Amino acid sequence: MGVIGQIGQWFDQRLQLAAPIRDAAEHPVPRNTASWFYVFGSAALTVFLLQLVTGILLALIYVPSASEAWSSLQALNHDVTLGWFIRAMHGWGSNFMVAVVLIHMVQVFLFGAYKFPRELTWIVGVFLLLMTLGMAFSGQVLRFDQDAYWGLGIGASIASRVPIAGPIIVKLMLGGPIIAGATLSRFFALHVFVIPGMLIGFVCLHLLMVLKLGINEWPMPGRLVKRATYENEYHQLTRKDGAPFVPYAVWKDLFFAAFILLAVAACALYFGPFGPTGRPDPTIIQTAPKPDYFFLWLYGLLSYLPPSMETPALLIGPVVVIAFLVLLPFLSGEGEKSWRRRPIAVLTVLLIAIILGTLTHLAGYTPWSPHMNAWSGDPVPEQFLHGRTALERQGALVFQVKQCRNCHSLGDLGGQRGPALDSVAVRLTQDQLIRQVIQGGGNMPAYGKNLSPAETTALVAFLETLHPRGQAPARDAARDLALGEDKDQRQGAQR
Amino acid sequence: MTGENTISRRGLFMKLGILFNGLVATALTVPIVRFLLSSVTRGRASAYLSWVPLGRVSEFPEGETRLATFTNPYVTPTDGKTVDTACWVRRVEGEQFQVFAINCAHLGCPVRWFPQSGLFMCPCHGGAYYRDGSRASGPPERGLFEYPYKVKDGMVTIQAGELPTPGSPTASLFGNEPPCGARSELVSIESKLSACSKTNALLRKTKTWA
Repeated sequence: MGVIGQIGQWFDQRLQLAAPIRDAAEHPVPRNTASWFYVFGSAALTVFLLQLVTGILLALIYVPSASEAWSSLQALNHDVTLGWFIRAMHGWGSNFMVAVVLIHMVQVFLFGAYKFPRELTWIVGVFLLLMTLGMAFSGQVLRFDQDAYWGLGIGASIASRVPIAGPIIVKLMLGGPIIAGATLSRFFALHVFVIPGMLIGFVCLHLLMVLKLGINEWPMPGRLVKRATYENEYHQLTRKDGAPFVPYAVWKDLFFAAFILLAVAACALYFGPFGPTGRPDPTIIQTAPKPDYFFLWLYGLLSYLPPSMETPALLIGPVVVIAFLVLLPFLSGEGEKSWRRRPIAVLTVLLIAIILGTLTHLAGYTPWSPHMNAWSGDPVPEQFLHGRTALERQGALVFQVKQCRNCHSLGDLGGQRGPALDSVAVRLTQDQLIRQVIQGGGNMPAYGKNLSPAETTALVAFLETLHPRGQAPARDAARDLALGEDKDQRQGAQR
Repeated sequence: MTGENTISRRGLFMKLGILFNGLVATALTVPIVRFLLSSVTRGRASAYLSWVPLGRVSEFPEGETRLATFTNPYVTPTDGKTVDTACWVRRVEGEQFQVFAINCAHLGCPVRWFPQSGLFMCPCHGGAYYRDGSRASGPPERGLFEYPYKVKDGMVTIQAGELPTPGSPTASLFGNEPPCGARSELVSIESKLSACSKTNALLRKTKTWA
């Protein structure tokens, strides 16, 4: 035996770890689980370890103080050698971790792995997902910039809606009456000590259960899970058709782990670190705060909920979702595992993916927000001014100056909060236009107090010209009849 | 000798040991919980609130709405710029003011004032408010939060100190309450205003802590 072997033996005589580690590594797994579908759990663990390492590296420079944090991030980005790269790795690692955890969860769900006897593994996994999201949110706070500041405001506004306890929760969350130094300090404690500590504990528990209960076998359509017989069947499977995890299945995990790390590094190199955006100075109000990628869907949802639905949805929604995820293995702990015979499960996953994807896509360009600079930045396209009367052109000026453009587009330029007005004259008659402008309605503010009669007349005259060539504007036939106006004459005047 | 109803000397000591630890743990819980709740207990009875000056009356032209900034009264050494707060000051006429929080009543984003259209607009989810702070459109359930103010020796002073949020009692006592400020877009602004000014005046009288 060589020197290294002797040293190894010396340690093992005292640690007694070699045998259990060998047992764990070589435990038999069903052959068909050595699949590329089974690599996401170990990939999530790999990214988590990457986050631990890069997080500790960042903590060497980062200052968790509301007055210094932003400057210390600037120093990391610009002064410290490769500080930008470590920040970028940590930021992209966070995105990858959320993504990989979600993919892992979908795979486990579709392969029925949450069923007996792996219920608790699934439940611990649900908490791991929540902690991962907690890490993503608190990490965004530590990047103490304008988005972080106003994001905390959004968090506080949501928390404050809890009946009775709301104000107490807000003060606990902020560490005081406002978003300030104490807020950042406590989110630092959460992000660096509390949640990672819990994550490590839960990851160990999760892994232990995977080892003890065995990895979920590849689901075969028609092979049903029954509490009475499953464990026996699984042992048959691993004993008869099993293969040792190392090296039979582990090589795919190793390859994918390295690939994921490479992908994070490639994104970090190519796209660089996230922010920080502007200084967290609440007196700078020229800002449109947005959350990080994985919370964009929530940002979108919050603008579509009707006001009366918002508080119940915000407070009850998460409870229902978490309760459903936790109760899932008890609701369907037995039966069919294969996704080929679980159409509702597949459709549910697709539906949720489409909803989240759509909301995320919408939050990318926020059609619900007024374009704050459209009134001064986007000109009225020429075709809407050509050959118009003086009054109509005056109306176009009113249209710009009164910021109608911030919510209404013309020629695809301008806000999308309200409908595009390129052909509004086809939809609304003169009277309806006047009423809509003055009284508002349908989510439009009333402009009666902010427009003089002359301005309203000019504006409506301009709006009445907004119809496609060859398509007549809407008209009130009864009015024409009562006033005895010649239809052709009216239309002629309006082209 | 141990029977069913007897307990061994060691067993008794172990139970006493657990009891002893339980007592010590309970005793230690009190300071820990009090420490954790300090940010809540400290602010009890509106202790975070105080009157802060915004500027001279003459700095705010009549009929206009201007941005003003103030330093939050409760400051800790590491707060940096975060204690600087902005608000919108509307001088209605004479010494009659409305001081609006910068935070949208929906989810707290900073609203911007557009004098040309007489609207406050929020960049986050598209909430809009009229010049008097009442809700015009979008997801907010109510009008803008208002700070209680007073004019003394030519200075506009507001009572501030807490982040105005939809659920905070200090924020919801002032400003346009949902019954008069929100909803029914088709009601004319004038009727809304008269209905609101009465209720709000009443609210101001009954609920000021000054």
